[in-house]
Amino acid sequence: MSWIVPLPAVIPLLGAAVITAVGHFTPRIVHNLLAVASTGTSFVFALILMASSVPQERLHWFGGWHPRGGVAIGIGFAVDPLGAGLAALASGLTLAALLYSLAFLEDASHPYHVLMTAFGGAMCGFALTGDLFNMFVWFELMGVAAYALAGFKIKELGPLQGGINMAVTNTVGAYLIVTGIALLYARTGALNLAQIGHTLAGKKPDGLVVVALTLLVVGFLVKAAIVPFHLWLADAHAVAPAPVCVLFSGAMVELGLLAVARCYWTIFDAPFGLHHHAIRGVLVALGIVTALLGALMCFLQSHLKRLLAYSTISHAGIMLVGIALLDTKSLAGAATMVLSHGLLKGSLFLCCGIVLAELHAVDELRLHGKGRNFPLLGTIFAVAGVGLIGLPYVGTYLGHAQIDEGATLDHVAWVQPLLAIAAGLAGGAILRAAARVFLGWGPQEDWLLRQQPSEEPPANVGHRPFLLAVAALMLVLGLAVSLVPGLGQRAEYGAKRFRDRAAYAREVLHGVPTKGTPRLPFVLQPTTRESVLYGLGAGAIALLVAAFGLWRHRLPDAWRLLAGRVAGPPLEGLRAVHSGVIGDYVMWLTVGTAVIGGVWALTLR
Amino acid sequence: MSVAPYLVAGWICVIGIYGIVTSRNLIHLALCLTVTQSSTYILLLAIGYVKGGGPPIFKGVKLGTTAVDPVVQSLTLTDIVVSVTVLALILALALNVHKEADTINPDEIGELSG
Repeated sequence: MSWIVPLPAVIPLLGAAVITAVGHFTPRIVHNLLAVASTGTSFVFALILMASSVPQERLHWFGGWHPRGGVAIGIGFAVDPLGAGLAALASGLTLAALLYSLAFLEDASHPYHVLMTAFGGAMCGFALTGDLFNMFVWFELMGVAAYALAGFKIKELGPLQGGINMAVTNTVGAYLIVTGIALLYARTGALNLAQIGHTLAGKKPDGLVVVALTLLVVGFLVKAAIVPFHLWLADAHAVAPAPVCVLFSGAMVELGLLAVARCYWTIFDAPFGLHHHAIRGVLVALGIVTALLGALMCFLQSHLKRLLAYSTISHAGIMLVGIALLDTKSLAGAATMVLSHGLLKGSLFLCCGIVLAELHAVDELRLHGKGRNFPLLGTIFAVAGVGLIGLPYVGTYLGHAQIDEGATLDHVAWVQPLLAIAAGLAGGAILRAAARVFLGWGPQEDWLLRQQPSEEPPANVGHRPFLLAVAALMLVLGLAVSLVPGLGQRAEYGAKRFRDRAAYAREVLHGVPTKGTPRLPFVLQPTTRESVLYGLGAGAIALLVAAFGLWRHRLPDAWRLLAGRVAGPPLEGLRAVHSGVIGDYVMWLTVGTAVIGGVWALTLR
Repeated sequence: MSVAPYLVAGWICVIGIYGIVTSRNLIHLALCLTVTQSSTYILLLAIGYVKGGGPPIFKGVKLGTTAVDPVVQSLTLTDIVVSVTVLALILALALNVHKEADTINPDEIGELSG
């Protein structure tokens, strides 16, 4: 049954090839059908794979190059529940985006379907592979498809700039990854993740491995949009078509985080396991800065898609904290948060698409009160925003609760309030936007919010209720994540497997299955009182932030003047950093790499 | 094995990134990206080099003949294919920027910021 393993990646790629081949002389319905069918099949196989990888890793060695005597030379997929779960999320979101595009982008030419289908397949391949260089190839394949999709509207300047910024930043990140891979290959002579980890395990770590760690982590963090490598993301999201944004925010960013976790737990845990405090310290700090800075920038946006993009950056920071605590509980929290965040953020972006189609703008100030006639759309938008805050048993709560528990176990409980503040701030910004657009609350002018160039609305939008239905379905699924009985326990079991390097190496290199699958209960995972309180606190912060954003002008003048004097210059400085100029982005990337590498060079010994 | 190739790889990587950071022209920027990438080719080939090794073609060669590492060469080939795709895409986007904005200076596009 090992033939089933590569199918989630292979089928969409074949589908994309067939659409390319027949695209010029077949009607649009054929492209749509092929794209939806191949992505749907991929989704089904990813789900099967997720279920069947629970007892043990599912392996597939391409060309029959099985490891001999514990040495892996061939290229292989090694599938664990978390990786397969992310593949299923990626293909599921691609399917939803393609269905939405049926009505939203009725005149899309066949390259759109080719790119979307290939993008979905590449994301699956990236999540499933067990080989470091193969990971790079999938990374680049999904990258190229994503750059082209970001710049898809080539008649507008914004998408071109967003596409170029994304392409150049991510490509520099990819070169860092190749360099890191080359260094690891030089040290170990292996490219299989388990093999590299196994070879490094017996040796004392040296400077070369530290450099390789830095380059790989930074390269993948560029994709994951972690500060200071996040600058490309807002540009790309603001300009890409709404269904594409669903994939960018819901799956692509998270795949960067998965890669960091995968590299750590298969390779670097071996040489650096004793020094994991140094690695945890740097990554937790990056995650917290990202969560807070992303949330703050989110509050300063009036362009809805750009606002959601910064909210994604903030959540990527929270997920990175979950991964960086290097703990089973918090890794499970990151995984469940990826699931709920992907669905809810996807729903929000789809709502933005409908807003653009109905009201011909996506700017909060320009749309002031114009959404009053769309109560259902407004409800979906606002409820999805609430789901992202992490109120008890709503949406992303399960992820927050598990990360909180992990942080308590690791004696870094102080991260919990910071994460709650970040979630509240970003959620408040979304609620403010919803209130201004769909209720007409607050003033029409706000000097805090920067307007962005407007976007051409799609020319022919088909059946509108269908668009709403897709967004509503994703909303319901995303909200339910915290209420699915047994999901938390399964995520924890998956995280435990993910972290077990020795068992992974035994299964991949020697084919020895791990014994005994625990019977997992189908009950809601209990959460602590602190998590409930932090969830409620985040909700209160969100309400305060939304109210502040809407009715700031009612505060006494003296307060506002003082606040403007104190907070104005730093905020302007922060905006200036997000300059939209690609040279600046790459400079930040270089500086960030140097700082992270420098800290690890000093601490990892 | 000499350290020279590693120094060259490092130098090319650094000047490529310097070029990207200071670029005033999207075509120049795309080429700087290619320069940066070239450093990975040199690094990979230097890693696979074996002193006195022949090409890794084993047809009609005595068993036990020294050869350089074929794996890094195929990695380099893959790397080249990937980079050409990205380069083509960036150049296509740059061409359209020129059509729309009549400039290819990334500082002057200025559609997105903040």
